[in-house]
Amino acid sequence: MRHRKYPFIVGFLFLPVLLYTVLVIWPYIQTFGYSLTDWSGVSPTMNFVGFKNYTALLHDDVFMTALGHNLLLIILLPLVTIVLALFFAFMLNVGGRGGTGGIQGVRGAGFYKVVFFFPQVLSVAILAVLFEAVYRTDGGGLLNGILIKLGLENAQQPILWLSDPDLVFWCILAVLIWSGVGFYLVMFSAAMQSIPKDIYEAALLDGSGRSQTFFKITIPLLWDTIQTAWVYLAIAAMDAFALVSTMTPPAGIYGGGPNHRSEVLATYLMRNFLPFGKAGYACAMGVVIFFITLILSVVSLRVTRRERIEY
Amino acid sequence: MSTKLDKKSTVPEQRSPSSAARRPAKEQRFADGGGVINVFSHGFLAIWAIMIILPLAWVVLGSFKNNAEIGGSAWSWPSHWGFSAFGRAWEKGGIGGYFTNTLIVLAGSLTLTMLLGAMAAYVLARYEFRGNRVIFYMFVAGAMFPVYLALVPLFFMVKNLGQISPLLGLNSYVGLILVYVAYSLPFTVFFLHSFFRTLPTAVHEAAMMDGCSHARAFFQVMLPMAKSGLISVGIFNVLGQWNQYLLPVTLMQQQGSGDPDRSMLAQGLVNLASTSGYASDFPGLFAGMTIAMLPVLVVYLSFQKQVQSGLTSATLK
Repeated sequence: MRHRKYPFIVGFLFLPVLLYTVLVIWPYIQTFGYSLTDWSGVSPTMNFVGFKNYTALLHDDVFMTALGHNLLLIILLPLVTIVLALFFAFMLNVGGRGGTGGIQGVRGAGFYKVVFFFPQVLSVAILAVLFEAVYRTDGGGLLNGILIKLGLENAQQPILWLSDPDLVFWCILAVLIWSGVGFYLVMFSAAMQSIPKDIYEAALLDGSGRSQTFFKITIPLLWDTIQTAWVYLAIAAMDAFALVSTMTPPAGIYGGGPNHRSEVLATYLMRNFLPFGKAGYACAMGVVIFFITLILSVVSLRVTRRERIEY
Repeated sequence: MSTKLDKKSTVPEQRSPSSAARRPAKEQRFADGGGVINVFSHGFLAIWAIMIILPLAWVVLGSFKNNAEIGGSAWSWPSHWGFSAFGRAWEKGGIGGYFTNTLIVLAGSLTLTMLLGAMAAYVLARYEFRGNRVIFYMFVAGAMFPVYLALVPLFFMVKNLGQISPLLGLNSYVGLILVYVAYSLPFTVFFLHSFFRTLPTAVHEAAMMDGCSHARAFFQVMLPMAKSGLISVGIFNVLGQWNQYLLPVTLMQQQGSGDPDRSMLAQGLVNLASTSGYASDFPGLFAGMTIAMLPVLVVYLSFQKQVQSGLTSATLK
């Protein structure tokens, strides 16, 4: 080497590492410290209170409700999204009527892929505003409009969707699924494309039907990808901030209503931090979110571990 | 967001249709005897496609209606086709300004993310030095943590940066750009690190023998070779930063009455949605949504192959 290595290394790493340390690593560490204080975020004074914030969280009904909603999302969101995405991916890649090429997808597979994936590129705030209009509580909302048209709903008593405490959570979940399926469909498709066709053809020659092929060949060979998708979706289920904070009442303080029936940890954290001025308490919640995410990733990788199949 | 799965991921290559050998038609088919199932699953695909297209088309159509038509029934049809709602959304609704803000921030953050990310990934992947692993794992670890863990201190960190220079700080373009870059680095470094490792070393060595400096070898030899990886991770970052909502909502609030409104498009649209109820200008809101959707739709449809393969290869790595 003719040139000196170290000035170059330092020169190249200095800016990225500095930026990353100041804006990411240091705040992460600070949060743990702040979560042990009664800091308001506004006043410069803070007192060390030990684990008082954490014990307060345990007795905080709203926090517990929010936690319950997040856990429900963690179970339902990955399950429904992955089942739908797998089914669609199978249909689009190997579910077709063999034509002349042996194994292929149904007709129009390319078109379906483009359409299904589109919600993924819309910013989540656009989705929130869009579905606010879809879920409108009168006949002007798309969903009520369709139901009235089909005669399934009385136009005089339209369904209240986001303002109905029993429905609001499911409305949010539906939007999450609606927007997520396309992405995982494309992800599974890519994985299915890499499965050698002769495996499918052998199954076909042995007289295997469509569902048998799906359960005996596709699923086992895609297990790695399914696992990855599961972890992503579980992490996404811990968020849901953008949708809940913009779509649900009360407006202006990060939603979560009616009556906290759509509250998630992220919205409750933000409300405690900015409008309520409980920075220490919000930090404790941040730490809780972090540990749940960590446990989730580890557990889902452990539980779903299987023999790796080489092909 | 990314997870460390010790997998030998096989990123599928784009197969050309001709590579699949054409065989004579077989007697036996998957779908034999599955007529009902076939209709059912085809129907299901079609229904899902309608579920995606219908709301989007309905919003576009809504930009041409008037208030009475939107409020009356979801099935109303615009009585006259005019673009006045778009003008109102752009000017009065502030969508034009929000668009400019978003473009400024994304242009800055994307350039910096790619440059700094590639520099760090390259050095970590290609050079042996003490502390290499520590720095690399520090970057990777960052991808595992949810942003919420850092949110409160981050807010005050950015606020304090504002004390240094008025260009930084809350509700400033540069402040938000730096935050976007910092939070995009873990994934970018992780992805490009594995990419730089796979590139052949011979070209680089030859350049060095010819007296090329380390930096020049990187910019003129390695970066062009890594183009495909840069495009993949670039697309991923564009979508990720375009999609950000939490960070701008936390960091880009007006800090007083004299502070200009530097909201991102996503925030601006939500603000428009909450005010359009009072101002009762729903066509303006629908037009605002259409304006926000169209550029993405156009870009996506023109590059859908790259977007899809870029995203999936980026996440499967």
